[in-house]
Amino acid sequence: MTIDQATVRKIASLARIAISDAEAAAMEGELNGILGWVEQLGEVDVTGVEPMTAVIPNTLRLRDDVIDADPLTGGGRRDDVLANAPAAMHGFFGVPKVIE
Amino acid sequence: MTDLTNLTVAQIRDGHRAGDFSAVEVAEAFSANVAGAKALNAFIVETPDHALAAAKTADADRAAGTLKPLSGVPIGMKDLFCTNGVQTTAASHMLEGFIPRYESTVSQKLWDAGAGMLGKLNLDQFAMGSSNETSYFGNVISPWKRKDGGNAALAPGGSSGGSSTAIAARLCPAATGTDTGGSIRQPAAFTGISGIKPTYGRCSRWGIVAFASSLDQAGPMARDVRDCAIMLENMAGFDPKDATSLDMAVPNWEAALSSDLKGKTVGIPKEYRLEGIDPDIDAMWDAGIAMLKDAGAAVVEISLPHTKYALPAYYIIAPAEASSNLARYDGVRYGLRDLPDGAGLQDMYAATRADGFGPEVKRRIMIGTYVLSAGFYDAYYTQAQKVRTLIARDFEAAFGMCDVILAPTAPSAAFGLGEKMADPLAMYLNDVFAVPASLAGLPAMSVPAALNREGLPLGLQIIGKAFDEQGVLNAGLAIEERAGFTARAEKWW
Repeated sequence: MTIDQATVRKIASLARIAISDAEAAAMEGELNGILGWVEQLGEVDVTGVEPMTAVIPNTLRLRDDVIDADPLTGGGRRDDVLANAPAAMHGFFGVPKVIE
Repeated sequence: MTDLTNLTVAQIRDGHRAGDFSAVEVAEAFSANVAGAKALNAFIVETPDHALAAAKTADADRAAGTLKPLSGVPIGMKDLFCTNGVQTTAASHMLEGFIPRYESTVSQKLWDAGAGMLGKLNLDQFAMGSSNETSYFGNVISPWKRKDGGNAALAPGGSSGGSSTAIAARLCPAATGTDTGGSIRQPAAFTGISGIKPTYGRCSRWGIVAFASSLDQAGPMARDVRDCAIMLENMAGFDPKDATSLDMAVPNWEAALSSDLKGKTVGIPKEYRLEGIDPDIDAMWDAGIAMLKDAGAAVVEISLPHTKYALPAYYIIAPAEASSNLARYDGVRYGLRDLPDGAGLQDMYAATRADGFGPEVKRRIMIGTYVLSAGFYDAYYTQAQKVRTLIARDFEAAFGMCDVILAPTAPSAAFGLGEKMADPLAMYLNDVFAVPASLAGLPAMSVPAALNREGLPLGLQIIGKAFDEQGVLNAGLAIEERAGFTARAEKWW
C-alpha cells in the first residue's frame, strides 16, 4: 500500500504537526519507503500467536490507598508543576482562547 | 604523577579509598578534560560544580569513614535523565530551557551512591537515531579517526553518542545511557568501550524522557566490564513509581564476576551471518568464538528464525509508542510554545510541534500515528506485536540449548558523519543485530573486541537470559581478558 500527499497531510493533522507542501512532498517518499519495507511482516504466519503485551512477566501493582503516598508524585506541588509552563497564570496553565 | 583521567571507575574508587589521591583532584582533572573538548560536542550542559561538590563530600566521607560505593567517581549523565535544577532537553528544541523540579530515579541512585555529575551528555533527539546526528544541539564527533590519512569526522553511534564519545575521549570514566533498540550497545561498539542494557525493568524509567516505553531501558557505559557491573549495581533496583519496574533484589554483580566459563554453553545464531557483511566483522566474531572456547565454554550453533523480521517490527512498535508518548509536547505544560498571531489552541499545538521536533522525530511520530490509525492498526501494530512474540519465543527456544548468545554488536564500524543521513532505512539497518534483544527485553552488552583494517574499533555483543546480567558480564569479561583491547583514539581535539 502506498500513501499519497493527501494522506501525509491527514497523518500530520492527526499528529498535530504543521507541515508545508514541500515537507509533505518529501515525507511522502520517505514514509512510503519505510512502510513498504515494514510490510514484509505480512508474510509471517502468526496463526494462533498472541500479540506481545509484556516482554518480562510482571503484575500490575496498586499503591497504598493513602494521600500523597509518594511525596514526589503526590499532590501539593502546584508551583513545581507550573514552573516550566510557557504561560502559567493565577496558578493555572494558560492557553489561547478556546471558546468562541 | 599518573593522569587521573586514565583511571577506571574501580581504580578511582579504590585509589580514593586508599588515599592515593583526593576526589577533588579527580573531579578537577575530568572537568578540565571536559572543558578542553568542546570540539567533540559531547556535552550539552557542563556541571563542574556538581562534580566538585560530590567530590568534597567524598573526601569528607573518607575522613569520617563513611565512604559510599561510588564516592569520588564523577560521571556523565545522558541528557535524557531529568536532573533537578539542571536543564534536561532530550537534545530537542522542544525541551530547550526545561529545568526539571525532580530527579530521575536512576540519577538519584547514582548521587546517593556518592557519584558526582560532570555534565549532561548530548544524544540523538529524543534518543531517535544511530549516529547522534539528529540532536538539536549539533553532532557529537567521535574521537576516533580512520587510519587512511583522511580527516573524516566519524559518528560516535547513537543515540548515546555523547556518552560513548565522552568515555572514549577520557572526559568521564563512566556514563549513563539508555537503550531502546541498541542505543547503548552500538555507540559502545563504535568507540571501543563497553556498555550493558540490563533486563527490561531492572532500571527504573521514572524521570527518563520517554521514547518507546515497552523497550526503553537505562544502563551504564564505561571502559570495561567491571566498571559496567559497578555502575549497574548503583543504577538498578525496584521503583514503585515505574509500573514495569522489576521487584527483585539487585545482585552483587561485581563480586561475582568470573571469566571461567567451564560448564557454560555459548549459542551462535546462524541468522546473524549476513550475506555480504564486512569480512572484518565476521573475522572478529570468529575470534570471539575462539576466545569463549578458550575460557572453557562449549559452543553450539542456534537458530533465531524470525531475526529478519525484528527490525521491521521494531520500526512499527517503537514509532507507535513514540507517537503516543510524544503527544505530551503540546506547548501548554512545559517546553516550547509557538503561538502564531491570532492562533487558536489547535494551531498552537501544530505550530509548536512543527517547530520543536526535528525531522527524524517527526518522521517517527508520523509513522506511529499512521500504524495506529483506524483501519491500519491490526495490519501493522497488532501484526508487529505478534511477530514480537515470535521473536521472544525464538530466544526462549535458543536458551534451552545455551546460556548466552554471541554475535556482533553492529554490522559495520563507525561510519562518517553525513554518510547515512540521506536514507533513513540505511540508518535503521545499523541496529539489525541490536534490536532483537530489545524486543525480547533481554540483557545484552557490547565489549570492544578488535580494530578493523581502518583502525576503528569493533564490538562483540553478548545476549543473555532474562535476569542473567551476571552471565552476560562474565562472558564479556572472558572476551575482554583475551581480546586485550587497549587501543584508544589519538587526541586531536
